[in-house]
Amino acid sequence: MLAISKLGKHFGGLSVLEDVSFDVPAGGIFGLIGPNGAGKTTVFNLITGLLKPSAGNISFEGRDLAGLAPHSVTRLGIARTFQNIRIFKEMTLLENVMIGMHQHLAYGPVALFLNSPACRAAEAEARQRALELLSWVRLDHRAEMLADNLSYGDQRKLEFARALATKPRLLLLDEPVAGMNPAEKTVLMEEIRNICQRGFGVFLIEHDMRFVMGLCDRVAVLNFGRIIAEGSPDEIRNNPDVIEAYLGREDEGQAS
Amino acid sequence: MLSQQLLNALTLGSVYALFALGFTLVFGVLAVINLSHGAVFMVGSYAALFLVTRFEMPLWLALLAAMAVSGMLGLLIDVLILKPLRARNAPHLIPMIATIGVAITLSSSAQGIFGAEILRFPEGTIPAGEFIIGDVHVRAIEIGIVGIAFTLMAVLFLAIRRTQLGRALRAIAESPKAASLLGINVEGLFHGTSFVAAALGGAAGVLIGLDFNAITPLMGQPILHKGIAVIILGGMGDIRGALIAGMFLGFAEVMSKAYLSSQLGDAVAFGLLFLILLVRPSGMFGRVLERKA
Amino acid sequence: MEWLDNYWSTYNTLVYSIGVHALLALSIWLTLACGLLSLANAAFMGIGAYVSALLSLQAGWPFAAVLAAAGVVPALVALIIGIPTLRLSGVYLAMATLAFGEVVRIIVLNLEITGGPEGLNGIPQSTQGWHILAILAFTIYGLARLRRSRVGRAFESIREDDVAASLMGIDVARHKLFAFVLGATIAGVAGGLNAHFTFFISPREYGFENAVDILTMAILGGIGSLVGPMRGATILTLLPELLRFLHEFRGVFNGIVLVLVVLFLPKGLWEPRRIKALFARGGRA
Repeated sequence: MLAISKLGKHFGGLSVLEDVSFDVPAGGIFGLIGPNGAGKTTVFNLITGLLKPSAGNISFEGRDLAGLAPHSVTRLGIARTFQNIRIFKEMTLLENVMIGMHQHLAYGPVALFLNSPACRAAEAEARQRALELLSWVRLDHRAEMLADNLSYGDQRKLEFARALATKPRLLLLDEPVAGMNPAEKTVLMEEIRNICQRGFGVFLIEHDMRFVMGLCDRVAVLNFGRIIAEGSPDEIRNNPDVIEAYLGREDEGQAS
Repeated sequence: MLSQQLLNALTLGSVYALFALGFTLVFGVLAVINLSHGAVFMVGSYAALFLVTRFEMPLWLALLAAMAVSGMLGLLIDVLILKPLRARNAPHLIPMIATIGVAITLSSSAQGIFGAEILRFPEGTIPAGEFIIGDVHVRAIEIGIVGIAFTLMAVLFLAIRRTQLGRALRAIAESPKAASLLGINVEGLFHGTSFVAAALGGAAGVLIGLDFNAITPLMGQPILHKGIAVIILGGMGDIRGALIAGMFLGFAEVMSKAYLSSQLGDAVAFGLLFLILLVRPSGMFGRVLERKA
Repeated sequence: MEWLDNYWSTYNTLVYSIGVHALLALSIWLTLACGLLSLANAAFMGIGAYVSALLSLQAGWPFAAVLAAAGVVPALVALIIGIPTLRLSGVYLAMATLAFGEVVRIIVLNLEITGGPEGLNGIPQSTQGWHILAILAFTIYGLARLRRSRVGRAFESIREDDVAASLMGIDVARHKLFAFVLGATIAGVAGGLNAHFTFFISPREYGFENAVDILTMAILGGIGSLVGPMRGATILTLLPELLRFLHEFRGVFNGIVLVLVVLFLPKGLWEPRRIKALFARGGRA
């Protein structure tokens, strides 16, 4: 579904990614793990068009993503969340989710100006759909609340709903459980499984090994900008290079 | 003819550089575009004029006093306006809008107090000496202006490059949070920077007032616009860049006025500014000072 | 009804001014809604004023066509300068638009056709009260519709976090450009209306101070609603008249208002809740 080949990125003289290749299969949950600073977020930034690759290419369902602006990548069917949650705090939950529907709300300026029935119907439908998405993450009862008032865990869930509103075929989650306590992590794990079962492909990056191993169908490991292993969670668990990368840094499965 | 123009350019350029130095210093350290810097410049020249005419103060003393007055004004702006906004963690554009308000208040006050007409230094205040070197007429006042501007800039440079204070300032420019963790008195240095920057701006105002012998309430406006061009040209927050770009703008302006057309001279600054913003927003020479949170 | 006539002839300019200023404040509201500070709106007003005045004086166009041109020409200029400059954000954009305003002023000051520093005289007084009222009503209705639509939501999301907005599939550059161009159009029409009731225009009316006046109106009223900018425009038009004794210090008043509002009423007058951060993310290019 998403094919990354020979991807490289350097900032000035500093090489962050080198010769990174892997495929994210359609369906299921794919995990990219690695210690902090391994270059995981950079991979997401390259996929979503926030950064331009220095080498290699990325294609999604056979389409080359090179040179596409972030909004065009989203329109092709890739949505993402952020490690440091970036919801629109001054807007209501409902408005947040409706922002995600922007591209699917097609009414022209004339219809808008005249407040035509078609325009009203489109808006009403979008509202309905936004409420449904909020109900998926069990936030529909707070639809009219300002997003700023949500707890940290709920803000994450809102971010999921907002990303799903873009109707993605692949959802990129950037360290979805960062800064969460074990109870919240369990809830979120369930949330991600639900999303996957509804037919969305999920690609997440994470440095919490335990979380990834319990959730993903397939895992790739990034260390110092290179892929050092790829396979099923069991294969990864027993891979000596991976053990070394994690044990060598004395934070096996511990990092929050 | 050319060497005469070069002299004019040197004079104008050194004042632009002096003005832009304070402007860019405030941006580098406080991360604020202080759009009242032009008005502070204007206050400096009125202060000198007032002291010279009313109290018959000698020019050099009036210059120092004017620097003190504008410096205090800068300090006041920081304490009364910028500090509360910092405390509130207001987004970038907010302090800039506040300083627009300050600029308008100051220039309108000057207009209300001194009138809108052009004021001049009394006869005999400005040294009238003139030398002729080759075919160039050098006015004594021009030598004074260039000398004073470069002396002030040199002092500032040395202070920033060589002293403990300068190191602290550079630490703040990198990250105020980290600097305060290192035990640096960040607020104190913000106040100090505001004072010094405004004093330099005031000095530039006195020098321009002397060069053209014309002081008006709105004189801060064009130089502010040119200062903006200079700091964008030189790279925002880049002190050496401001010096080079200030000189460069002085030359570009004088030369295009002399050899192309007088209208074009005023537009040169903005043409350059536009070009730089489009091609290289980080400035001609440097990089943008990226401040980490 | 003679007293009414007298009253009207004394104060109609004031009422007209309120309408024109309300249009200007709404024009800058559009860019502020996207988190952009544009200081070019006085210049766009000036372009509209000069284009319309020249078309009336020299080409003898009918007033409706003149007004249309007063909107279209600034829009085209905004399109041309907007495409490259809107890549910039925060303070850089503010400074670029400030410089643009200065360039326009210098050009108008030096061209022969614009009458140089003397400006243009004898512009036909074609603007009727209902023209202003109708255009203002049309603008408010249009902006209100916009605000409650996908475009309005997109503006707000861009103001809060333009990166997150772009990853929601919103073409950030296009929306910014749209706000900038539409703002220029409204400012231009306001300039055209203004020129055709003041009889006379000069470059002095379209400088930096005027850009600041427009900004002050919007900020004073509050940008959280459409009523805000109009409220600000009304207050800032009336107060100097009421405070005539301040006349020489009129600017002082505006400046102090701007500072006080920024310091103590970050949401504008009577706009207590909602929009917490005026521009959620200012900043770097």
